[in-house]
Amino acid sequence: MPYPEMMIKPMREEVTRLGVEELRSVADVDAALADSTGTSLVFVNSVCGCAAGMARPALAKALQHPVKPAKLYSVFAGQDLDATARARSYFGEYQPSSPSVAVLKDGEVVAFVHRHQIEGRHPDQIAAMLVQAFDSYCA
Amino acid sequence: MTGHVFHPGHDELHGVTVVVTGASGRTYLGRWHEKGARGITMRDVAIHDPGRDTIGLDAWLARQQKFGVAATEKHLVIPTDEAASVAAFDQG
Repeated sequence: MPYPEMMIKPMREEVTRLGVEELRSVADVDAALADSTGTSLVFVNSVCGCAAGMARPALAKALQHPVKPAKLYSVFAGQDLDATARARSYFGEYQPSSPSVAVLKDGEVVAFVHRHQIEGRHPDQIAAMLVQAFDSYCA
Repeated sequence: MTGHVFHPGHDELHGVTVVVTGASGRTYLGRWHEKGARGITMRDVAIHDPGRDTIGLDAWLARQQKFGVAATEKHLVIPTDEAASVAAFDQG
């Protein structure tokens, strides 16, 4: 069940203020990801404090890296249900989890940071995983 | 740290993806919710059953590590006498 929007708003803004475009509808997702070329990042946001509370600062840190995906998107799991499901349909074999981060190149997932790789880690460690993916696929 | 915790009062494994080795030989992979009188309650659980799965446990775990937890059970209670050991899934 979605949480009240007033509780979620700061979590959305923590991501959108990084220059990440939030995709709120199926149409938004399709417009962003269908027939996508080049590199994209999709951050699957979440209310979960223990994991998303690490993932959002990690994303902020990783996006300071000079090499990064050309397009930056987010969907909010548990809140924008249809948009999140649609975004996950572009992730191929990768299983749904939230928070998580997908890096896509020409429409294919080339790197994925799952929730289980975020739990219990410091944002610096998570950011390092993202930066490694950026250097590998976005340079 | 920017954390918005909506589930206070749970134990330290709450929300953490764990591997529970079962006395039966099954392996359970999913998010720890809580431990109670009935056993361990988990969410979004994938199960490796050596009597059913043709893929070995190590390969199965490696696949879950790469592609994420392929959950088949949304909610599962593992009886206390089945849960032989518990470890965090991602220690890397």
